[in-house]
Amino acid sequence: MLNYVIKRVGIAIPTMLILIILSFLLMHAAPGGPFTSDRPLPAQVLANIEAKYGLDQPLWRQMINYVWGVVTQFDFGPSFKYKDRTVNEIIAQGFPITLKYGFLSFIFAIGVGIPLGAIAAIRQNTWIDYLAVGVSIGAQVLPNFVMAPLLVIVFTLWLGWLPGGGWGGGSWEYLIMPVIALSTSYMASIARITRSSMLEVLNTNYIRTAKAKGLPTKTILLRHALKPSLLPVISYLGPAFVGLITGSVVIDIYFSTGGMGYFFVNSAMNRDYSVMMGITILVGFLTIMFSLVIDLLYAWVDPKIRY
Amino acid sequence: MPLLEIVNLTVDFATANGSFRAVDSIDLSIDEREIVAIVGESGSGKSVAMLALMGLLPWTATVSADCIRFDGQDLLGMNDKQRRKIIGKDISMIFQEPMTSLNPCFTIGYQLTEVLCQHFGGRRRSYNNRAVELLQQVGIPAAETRLNAYPHQLSGGMCQRVMIAMMIACQPKLLIADEPTTALDVTIQAQILELLVELQQNNNMALVLITHDMAVVAETAERVVVLYAGWQVEQRSALDLFSNPRHPYTEALLNALPERAQGKLLNAIPGVVPGQLDRPKGCIFNPRCCYVQDLCRQQIPERQEGVLCHYPLELDLKPSRSSQDMVTDS
Ligand SMILES: Nc1ncnc2c1ncn2[C@@H]1O[C@H](COP(=O)(O)OP(=O)(O)O)[C@@H](O)[C@H]1O
Ligand SMILES: [Mg+2]
Repeated sequence: MLNYVIKRVGIAIPTMLILIILSFLLMHAAPGGPFTSDRPLPAQVLANIEAKYGLDQPLWRQMINYVWGVVTQFDFGPSFKYKDRTVNEIIAQGFPITLKYGFLSFIFAIGVGIPLGAIAAIRQNTWIDYLAVGVSIGAQVLPNFVMAPLLVIVFTLWLGWLPGGGWGGGSWEYLIMPVIALSTSYMASIARITRSSMLEVLNTNYIRTAKAKGLPTKTILLRHALKPSLLPVISYLGPAFVGLITGSVVIDIYFSTGGMGYFFVNSAMNRDYSVMMGITILVGFLTIMFSLVIDLLYAWVDPKIRY
Repeated sequence: MPLLEIVNLTVDFATANGSFRAVDSIDLSIDEREIVAIVGESGSGKSVAMLALMGLLPWTATVSADCIRFDGQDLLGMNDKQRRKIIGKDISMIFQEPMTSLNPCFTIGYQLTEVLCQHFGGRRRSYNNRAVELLQQVGIPAAETRLNAYPHQLSGGMCQRVMIAMMIACQPKLLIADEPTTALDVTIQAQILELLVELQQNNNMALVLITHDMAVVAETAERVVVLYAGWQVEQRSALDLFSNPRHPYTEALLNALPERAQGKLLNAIPGVVPGQLDRPKGCIFNPRCCYVQDLCRQQIPERQEGVLCHYPLELDLKPSRSSQDMVTDS
């Protein structure tokens, strides 16, 4: 197992480096720059500004400087648009917000999706199953950008129970709608995957063996059936994680929660190279770390991978 | 009193094409320490009958019987919870597919000690020694290290040995082995059978051996039950059955044995076991029977002296080989 972890981490490091270099090159390959605008600046002024931010240097040197700063000091440099702030400060402001509702969304998607799917499978063709299948199909056709306005219409405009946006220091009434809007479709997918995989597992010979041993139903379901049923769910968690991250952009804009999604979109619009890069690299880093966790989880559930 | 007594066991499956009777009024009684073979081609209902006894059929199955008694207890009237105290402890069963019958996510040791904890209580760790002992008993080398192995690391034969260890762990009075060697290499088959018979003798248990291999029956069984398409066509002592089969199907099975082959040709039985949609009228064996008469095509036979046939074969009246061949050819 330890060998496996070391191997996986060993692969993650070069992946991370390639990600940094690629996103740097892509960013600079796009035409225009942070200081191009409708009203062009005088040439001398532009040259001065570019010199200040190091943009006058050859691309390879810029890149080496940038990568060096990121790798050795986690320093993403100054923002090109918010003149008095560094990228690190912007991330420090937005990231905890995204992390909080993102994490809650993830927990909600798994914590509701898996039990819902499992119960539907165990009670196949009963009303519980039909209800669960109905709910998950309904939820799956409601992506976050549909879910968000629907929630606001119902809970803010009609019922007046919840604030329609803002962060409020992250207290629960500000969290509910972002979390539900973001996670519902993933919850539904997880429920559907769990259900079909559990149904398959319940028909296997090893479940018959477990019954032949005289084990109680609870043990058979929770111990012998659940673990193998989770394999396809675990492989879905990777894409779901990425989906949650992109979805957070929608949430930040729709609910004005002030997370990273907001800065991400703005930096793209403004060609704020350093903010854009900083967020891309952070998200890339999280995705790589997460897929590492997924692989370890997978290995824990499926012994065939471990050896 | 027999260890197990089954009277008039019938199993119906609800299917998309209506109800399907996979097992039709089977009687079976097994004494302590007896070896009984259940034989018949694939699809005869051998597995279904025994799974019904174990309570392992899916919900689409309806099981009915006049009586299922095991060791003085009425299994029919039991609820699931009461039955679970017996299943895996006093009656246990091993299956045809050893590679898929063990849970891939748990170690051999876990799966082995789990059954002991379930029936005798206590902590799993305390059964480690017993687990090693069991693995040694079923002929697994380096048993201690195998406890931490996962099923995918073992061969089919090893998996079947682990299954056997698991199912004899609680010293059952009756072990049902459902085609335990069909999925294995020929060389391993004999070893596993030998192991089962050895365990049957050492542990004083009764053994039901399901097989479609008459040669295996001849070597091991004391009594034989012959099933055909859910019907119990004949049931007799093995010696009797081999020297003097009374049902034409039994005779055909015996004639299909390689050592009874004439020249280079095996006497395979032409045709296949009828399934749900092609069951004939009258005697279920009549389309394949070489002695078929008009009555057989019209009327369902009654059981007489354990033989389900309108015209059971008699030792004296049994047609000679040559006349039988004539019938087959015509
Ligand atoms: N779950 C099921 N649903 C419907 N039919 C079944 C089911 N299981 C077995 N059968 C049918 O019952 C018959 C007997 O099957 P089985 O007992 O497995 O035969 P075998 O003698 O080879 O063990 C077959 O025709 C099979 O198709
Ligand atoms: Mg079978």
